[in-house]
Amino acid sequence: MIALLAFYLFATLTIASSIAVIFARNPVHSVLWLILAFFNAAGLMLLVGAEFIAMLLVIVYVGAVAVLFLFVVMMLDIDFASLRSGFTRNLPFGIIIALVLLAEMIVAVFAHKAGPALAGQPIASPRVPNIVAIGQLLYSRYLLPFELAGLILLVAMIGAIVLTHRSRGDVRGQKVWRQVDRRPDEAIKLEQPAVGEGVKL
Amino acid sequence: MIGLTHYLAVAAILFTLGVLGIFLNRRNIILMLMAIELILLAVNINLVAFSAFLGDLVGQVFAMFVLTVAAAEAAIGLAILVIFFRRRGSIAVDDVNRMRG
Repeated sequence: MIALLAFYLFATLTIASSIAVIFARNPVHSVLWLILAFFNAAGLMLLVGAEFIAMLLVIVYVGAVAVLFLFVVMMLDIDFASLRSGFTRNLPFGIIIALVLLAEMIVAVFAHKAGPALAGQPIASPRVPNIVAIGQLLYSRYLLPFELAGLILLVAMIGAIVLTHRSRGDVRGQKVWRQVDRRPDEAIKLEQPAVGEGVKL
Repeated sequence: MIGLTHYLAVAAILFTLGVLGIFLNRRNIILMLMAIELILLAVNINLVAFSAFLGDLVGQVFAMFVLTVAAAEAAIGLAILVIFFRRRGSIAVDDVNRMRG
């Protein structure tokens, strides 16, 4: 009973907040609604026992992606009002497309139910915790895809840095190569000044 | 009792909302990226639901890979957005066809 209630709560909040993501006037509000949607989707995943993915969703999406969106929205000085000009023009066509898509997917769900693949199978009770099971799978059979996923993240990180980095003329940054290139004979001058005379610099 | 169909329905609605968001916010590329995140979230819910109800963990492993790709895509997309805004002073997607080389 509590699980039923929790499912409907999470599902309703996920869908409501994703509607709010699309229709919010302020993009900052959109990002905040997106965070709420991710939290509730994580709750949905917790209900079927996928604890690791749920926690990953909270950490990666809420902690990284949504904050990235928030930074970009607040950093760029964008006139968002002008960007909404085509909103009402696109509304009827977009809603038609969305309804067709939704109808198709609901038909697909029922077609799937009609097949012999599964008919209301109960949730398999796991013998080992979810995280242990995923770890055993991830580090044995899916080791190569796992490493490739890490490589994708590395490439994305380097790409984002290379894309957004610019050398500005108005700042005096540290020039590491010049520091490394310095030799003692050009950096230090040994002097033996006579008494009463200073050193000429 | 909550079944697989419930989860598939939620994911279908989320996916549709994501597509609708792309259609409605044709000019605002930040909202388009957020709609893509919604679509990927729907895909993840599908993967996790099938994984749980079929008793096979591979779905959750692939949900993790989808998550990885989504994070990389958001980072690269926002980086491109930042340099585009720096060059042109706007993020209207209609102007993107002027981008050459």
